[in-house]
Amino acid sequence: MARAAKASDGTQGSNSTPSVNRNTSKDDLLKYYREMLLIRRFEERAGQLYGMGLIGGFCHLYIGQEAVAVGMEAASIDGDQVITGYRDHGHMLAAGMDPKEVMAELTGRIGGSSKGKGGSMHMFDIETGFFGGHGIVGAQVSLGTGLAFADFYKQNGNVSYTYFGDGAANQGQVYESFNMAKLWKLPVVYVIENNEYAMGTSLARASATTELYMRGASFGIPGEQVDGMDVFAVYEAGLRASEHARSGNGPYILEMKTYRYRGHSMSDPAKYRTKEEVDDVKKNRDPIDHIKTMIEQAGVTEDELKVIDNEIKAIVLEAVEFAQTSPEPDPSELYTDVYLEA
Amino acid sequence: MTDILMPALSPTMEEGTLSKWLVKAGDTVSAGDVIAEIETDKATMEVEAVDEGQIEEILIEAGTEGVKVNTPIARLAGGDNAAKAPAKADAPAAQPAVVADKPTETTPEAPAKPELRDPEFPEGTPMVKITVRDALRDAMAEEMRRDEKVFLMGEEVAQYQGAYKVSRGLLEEFGDRRVIDTPITEMGFAGVGAGAAMAGLKPIIEFMTFNFAMQAIDHILNSSAKTLYMSGGQIKSSIVYRGPNGAAARVGAQHSQDYSAWYANVPGLKVVAPYDAADAKGLLKAAIRDPNPVVFLEHEMMYGLEFEIPDVEDFVLPIGKAKIQREGKDVTIVAHSRMVGFALKAADQLAAEGIDAEVVNLRTLRPLDTDTVIASVKKTNRLVTVEEGWGPCGVGAEIAARVTADAFDDLDAPPARVHQEDVPMPYAANLEALTVPSVEKIIAAVKQVSYK
Repeated sequence: MARAAKASDGTQGSNSTPSVNRNTSKDDLLKYYREMLLIRRFEERAGQLYGMGLIGGFCHLYIGQEAVAVGMEAASIDGDQVITGYRDHGHMLAAGMDPKEVMAELTGRIGGSSKGKGGSMHMFDIETGFFGGHGIVGAQVSLGTGLAFADFYKQNGNVSYTYFGDGAANQGQVYESFNMAKLWKLPVVYVIENNEYAMGTSLARASATTELYMRGASFGIPGEQVDGMDVFAVYEAGLRASEHARSGNGPYILEMKTYRYRGHSMSDPAKYRTKEEVDDVKKNRDPIDHIKTMIEQAGVTEDELKVIDNEIKAIVLEAVEFAQTSPEPDPSELYTDVYLEA
Repeated sequence: MTDILMPALSPTMEEGTLSKWLVKAGDTVSAGDVIAEIETDKATMEVEAVDEGQIEEILIEAGTEGVKVNTPIARLAGGDNAAKAPAKADAPAAQPAVVADKPTETTPEAPAKPELRDPEFPEGTPMVKITVRDALRDAMAEEMRRDEKVFLMGEEVAQYQGAYKVSRGLLEEFGDRRVIDTPITEMGFAGVGAGAAMAGLKPIIEFMTFNFAMQAIDHILNSSAKTLYMSGGQIKSSIVYRGPNGAAARVGAQHSQDYSAWYANVPGLKVVAPYDAADAKGLLKAAIRDPNPVVFLEHEMMYGLEFEIPDVEDFVLPIGKAKIQREGKDVTIVAHSRMVGFALKAADQLAAEGIDAEVVNLRTLRPLDTDTVIASVKKTNRLVTVEEGWGPCGVGAEIAARVTADAFDDLDAPPARVHQEDVPMPYAANLEALTVPSVEKIIAAVKQVSYK
């Protein structure tokens, strides 16, 4: 169901085909299932810990959008960078960060990936190429373009995957970044996670045009609209976009049509949409149900899936345990990491 | 008959070189004809005739240097409508000279009396004269030669050679991979720089002026200053945000603001404000090497001034150390950036009245060298702070607070602050002169704390 934006320079993303009948290896199916399930179970537990008062402040859950992070991760290679906004837990898990460190950061413990000093919206991991975790809507788009600038400067063949939402798509610096990225042919893939709501404002109420994959057209940046609930559609579009960016053609835009099941944050009463709307997506478009159907068609047994489910459950419970037993940072940590020794 | 006058080609130009005449006595010119070329320290500009008429006499020969603005350079035997207007320069900011409107005391740039030897310069170090502008350029060039990861990005830094000609020659030496002209897109390119720094490069981000950095302050604070902390020490941001800060001349409220206090408020940033060429070179080299984000506040009115700097291979000054610019025993005047020159001039005049002032050049605003300031106050027992910014919550307020907290018993008078009046910068020359700090205001403040 991909649609392609015609760009003024004539480049154009090719159409992706629906993935349901595609021949896919059983290993791939199970890998994606496992990674998506980890995010969902992790986020469910995070929501629970928030309700228990163990996680404070803001906590934006990724439930419903799992196929985007997992499919794109599969299209990346070693050394590529990922940067996103505040709904970042799914991206960190997909990038390969340790669930224990992510959960412990949510609870503000020393074992967290930022030693408890960053919180839900501010986590980083140089090893897996995850550059945050940014709380200012749209800021990560300029920063991600800067990561791509560094790739270009170093000529290292890597790509920056710069994620932002439908809300950030209206920020001015997004277009400042598009302009420079195309002008200098920077290796960046802009992934717009269009989950239909910027906090409580629907896309239609906030955007003069709702076809976000077209937003690069005036800069000559090709774009595609992708079914973000289908991990294979995401993966294939991700490969096309990566190939475009990696081979020196400059930026590429992927608009992922996705949906978040939970509120904007934990304190969102969600009066801006109906229960029926949410239920309909859960019932008919759920990314994990979708891959589960494919897995069953591939002849995987219920018992095999059960094993994976139990494995994931154990990983998440271990993370929860760690996040509650890891101590709070020592008061001496207050003044560390402000400056590096010159 | 009309005199054609030496035009001011920028808000801060006071003199220039009349490099070439394109007309000679006897030639007839029309309005708009290019009649001469003038070279300032920033650029070579063409001068157009404003009136019609016949060139009667060339008054200043081609090649003459240091021709003051408003000096008659030629005489025109004009038609009826010849007005007494100076030749108009083809410059975007061409204005009649304003400097002469002000009392000269208010715009000193160099002290009358030789300064103290810098303790950072070894005894017997050979010295060389250089402008602040070229000192900054040399600092960048030396660091770019030293470290491949260093690059310069900003508006007009490459082909135009810098809006204030600070990056002159860098494109030729380092090429367009490392000296990069950006679109006019401050938030965007500051973010690109911040992101590149996260990925391990060492960007120098030039803002044409720090007024425009307001568009980008989110990245300076949220993306650069806080990232090391938010990442638990994982992500370093070795980046320099630099450009002219503070009041230029006659450019109005939006182009004349001192942001020292704004940036100095933020943990995670280092904030440097050089005064002379040695500060500019030694501190910019240190800033580029520093593994932390550094806001480097230059001053447009200082770019063209010459100072002596040590003629050594690799001249680096420490960030975070103030300098006693002039020793004295009666009162401590603390200043930074251009205001150091004002303070030195005030000290000279005060000496004639029997008051021996010590001038502390802060050099760095964050980390603030409180030790040097307090040691000075313990000696003099009196404190005057000087800054171009507004007073409330300013640099002077911070220094006064620290001194009263740590040296209360050493003070013989409450500290006094000299700063911009609490209004946006006016355009009118007389109002502008009233609002900015001046030598007279510094002298009055010193007398106030000295009960004289």
